[in-house]
Amino acid sequence: MFGLSALELARIQFGFTVSFHIIFPAITIGLASYMAFLEALWLWKKDPVYLQLCRYWSQIFAVNFAMGVVSGLVMAYEFGTNWSYFSAKAGTVTGPLLTYEVLTAFFLEAGFLGVALFGWDKVGKGLHLFATVMVALGTLISATWILVSNSWMQTPVGYRVVDGRVIPVDWLQIVFNPSVPYRFTHMVLAAFLATALFVGATAAWHLLRGERTPAVKRMMSMAMWMILIVAPIQIEAGDQHGLNTLEHQPAKIAAIEGHWDNDEGQVPLILFGLPDMTAEKTRYQIAVPHAGSLILTHSWNGKIPALKDFPAEDRPNSTIVFWTFRVMVGLGVAMLLLGVAAAFARWRGRLYDFRPLLTFALVMGPAGLIAILAGWFTTEIGRQPWVVYGVLRTRDAVSNHSVPVLTASLLTFVVLYVCIFGTGVLYMLRLAAKPPEALSGHDHDLRPDERPARPMSAAPNLGDL
Amino acid sequence: MGIDLPLVWAIIIAFGVLMYVVMDGFDLGIGLLFPFIPDRTERDTMINTIAPVWDGNETWLALGGAGLMAAFPVVYSVVLSAFYIPLLLMLGGLIFRGVAFEFRFKADEAHRPFWDKAFAAGSVLATLCQGWVLGGLINGLRVTGPSYDGGAFDWVSPFSLFTGVALLAAYALLGATWLMLKTEGALHDRMRALAKPLTLALLACIAIVSIWTPLLHQAIADRWFTMPNMAILAVVPLLVIAIAFVLLRSVGNAQGNHAVPFLMSLGLMLLGYVGLGISLWPNIIPPALSLRDAAAPPESMGFALVGALFVIPFILIYTAWAYYVFRGKVRHGEGYH
Ligand code: HDD
Ligand code: HEM
Ligand code: HEM
Repeated sequence: MFGLSALELARIQFGFTVSFHIIFPAITIGLASYMAFLEALWLWKKDPVYLQLCRYWSQIFAVNFAMGVVSGLVMAYEFGTNWSYFSAKAGTVTGPLLTYEVLTAFFLEAGFLGVALFGWDKVGKGLHLFATVMVALGTLISATWILVSNSWMQTPVGYRVVDGRVIPVDWLQIVFNPSVPYRFTHMVLAAFLATALFVGATAAWHLLRGERTPAVKRMMSMAMWMILIVAPIQIEAGDQHGLNTLEHQPAKIAAIEGHWDNDEGQVPLILFGLPDMTAEKTRYQIAVPHAGSLILTHSWNGKIPALKDFPAEDRPNSTIVFWTFRVMVGLGVAMLLLGVAAAFARWRGRLYDFRPLLTFALVMGPAGLIAILAGWFTTEIGRQPWVVYGVLRTRDAVSNHSVPVLTASLLTFVVLYVCIFGTGVLYMLRLAAKPPEALSGHDHDLRPDERPARPMSAAPNLGDL
Repeated sequence: MGIDLPLVWAIIIAFGVLMYVVMDGFDLGIGLLFPFIPDRTERDTMINTIAPVWDGNETWLALGGAGLMAAFPVVYSVVLSAFYIPLLLMLGGLIFRGVAFEFRFKADEAHRPFWDKAFAAGSVLATLCQGWVLGGLINGLRVTGPSYDGGAFDWVSPFSLFTGVALLAAYALLGATWLMLKTEGALHDRMRALAKPLTLALLACIAIVSIWTPLLHQAIADRWFTMPNMAILAVVPLLVIAIAFVLLRSVGNAQGNHAVPFLMSLGLMLLGYVGLGISLWPNIIPPALSLRDAAAPPESMGFALVGALFVIPFILIYTAWAYYVFRGKVRHGEGYH
């Protein structure tokens, strides 16, 4: 299709399916913690508004969770269908980690989700809070395993290679490989930010429509606090992450910076430009001299490895990662701006009625998810041409499928995903478009035998909306 | 470590697959039976019999996939790339079916028939694909070193197409007898009427597969038809005949215990599974890749085993509890929607 090779098609397919998947877990992780926080606040302050919000968001959580599970199932199989050499050679490390992810998700689903979603009137308040906290903890543990697996692929340690096959030697080293702390922090904060932006946009939507109820205001206030606090931490975390990457994957940083050579004796910070992989330079650049040196080496004339220091076939595609990185950072700065603007409006007593701010919060709704996708594109494409960095090349990892087979399967996935997850996302948005007052107290989904059912039945029927 | 890790993992995975086949088998069967039951409220009742459990049923599939990658990465990579097309179609079918399951309750009247059709079609597709994979696996895969070496359509053969149909019969029977257990009145009677032809169809399929397989594969013929194996293994077909007999009688007897037909169908599935295991052992991918050749290094198997042994008992207890809580008949209109 379009003259793409089988390898490129397999990569697009993986990128497409995982990009859909990551959206749901990000919101799952954020909302689970938000719900636990709301419920704890309710028990502590005895203010019913917290309970109302908690139950409102738990309905959206339920739909989102169901889609996370379905899209995740596909991912677990794709390593074998599309990346069979990767699985045969490195599945020895990533397989057990993936098993732990599924087991954790399984465990959480089996034990606590039902109680958290349906058990409101079935168990005591303390026990219910415990279940909600366990769900939140479960999503974080589940995320830890998959991030460990990905981080190991980025910065592999604790293994040896025997007959072309990776043999794990030290699981402690593997689990705590060098990029884990950075990637975990950065990703979890990203999930929290994306959720806060989604919650904030929902609140702004209702405020803009004149729905100034206590629940909506509380939602807005909490989301804006969250963004004000987390956005700067995230920027610092991202900076640290970059320094760690510079140590372990210098080619990726050079590609992100569009930095081709060290002829100038310092590293400029290229704000904008178009890295050209064949001409080996960054065109149309607007650069701040020495700023790159300062940020990356903390010295005036510090140098970092440049793209030309690496053989051409070992360079990641700078044109793409240069831009995906800037999209992420740009959105991060916009989030910081939103947090500060909201703090200012709050100080002036205008948080709930200053329309430009509310409009800003509304359009920033998807910004967290877009930044997450941009971040993953940077990380993954910047790792190329390796799938396990320095150990296994992507082209040696792909299965032997033919172009027509991959084209057909990719098209099938696109149609299926757009229909199914499109319907699901529309449904979530329609839920969020109802104010909290309209959705709470929705208990008709409890079974006659008073037992929790499937996650999605915690949400009301479309006909009721 | 003194334990035989490949064997332990083979048992865990075989158990997981069996759990999947019987549990998702009957709820796929419900989808297969949808076209026979046009009435809307009866369809609701059918769905309500599986609503509380189907989500858990399908998670065994995720566990099977991940466990296979951890313990037998070579098998995972060979099988999944050899059956690329049917497995992706199967996932597509399962996704479609899962979403239809949820949306048919949420949708308004106008869209309901669409989601009902999607539910049935997804079930048929997923079942057929599973049958094709099974047949293709029995036929054997071309493997060089650690990788699959055949074409994208090697799984297509008269035999594998037939196993697809056979699995339709098997799942439909599981579904029908499950509904006999869980429902009453007109729906129950309808299922009873369907169960008999389904049983006969499944028995015919079993007979055909049992004759066809040894004809195709000398090794399998040798396994079953040489002494002393033959004397011992004869137990399997004899049990099949005994169970089939009890099943047919219980289906015909409206006064009998309603659990018997379902239990007997489970028995038939189990025997089929055991028979397959006997044919293939000790290979995990016929004709040449054995369990031990395909095993991950002990470092990987041991690490993953810790987690599995910790969590699987919880899952079993929870599953048993869920089925216990939902025991008994589901009455008309008694859903929770
Ligand atoms: C940072 C978080 C994160 C990332 C990067 C991924 N996932 Fe995920 N995944 C989750 C966080 C998560 C989650 C939040 O933990 C989910 C959502 C619902 C759930 O139960 O767990 C989940 C669900 C989930 C499931 C369903 C489990 C079940 O049956 O309940 C599977 C099989 C996967 N994922 C597999 C993958 C694979 C193969 C990935 C990579 C390619 C992946 N996930 C990326
Ligand atoms: C969930 C967020 C993720 C996103 C959005 C994402 C995105 C992508 C993209 C866009 C590609 C294609 C790269 C290219 O074409 O150059 C890719 C490839 C890949 N990623 Fe990820 N990824 C994510 C998570 C993961 C995780 C958690 C793992 C491992 C456990 C992983 C493993 C891989 C593998 C094996 C490939 C294929 C080989 C390759 O092209 O690098 N990814 N991913
Ligand atoms: C504004 C300052 C930010 C900086 C300096 C920054 C820095 C980075 C760097 C250097 C990477 C690549 C790491 C690697 O592959 O080794 C990365 C990845 C990523 N970023 Fe950011 N980031 C910022 C903001 C954000 C924001 C606001 C979000 C989302 C809300 C986000 C989400 C992600 C994600 C999901 C990844 C991929 C996962 C990972 O490798 O951690 N980032 N970031």
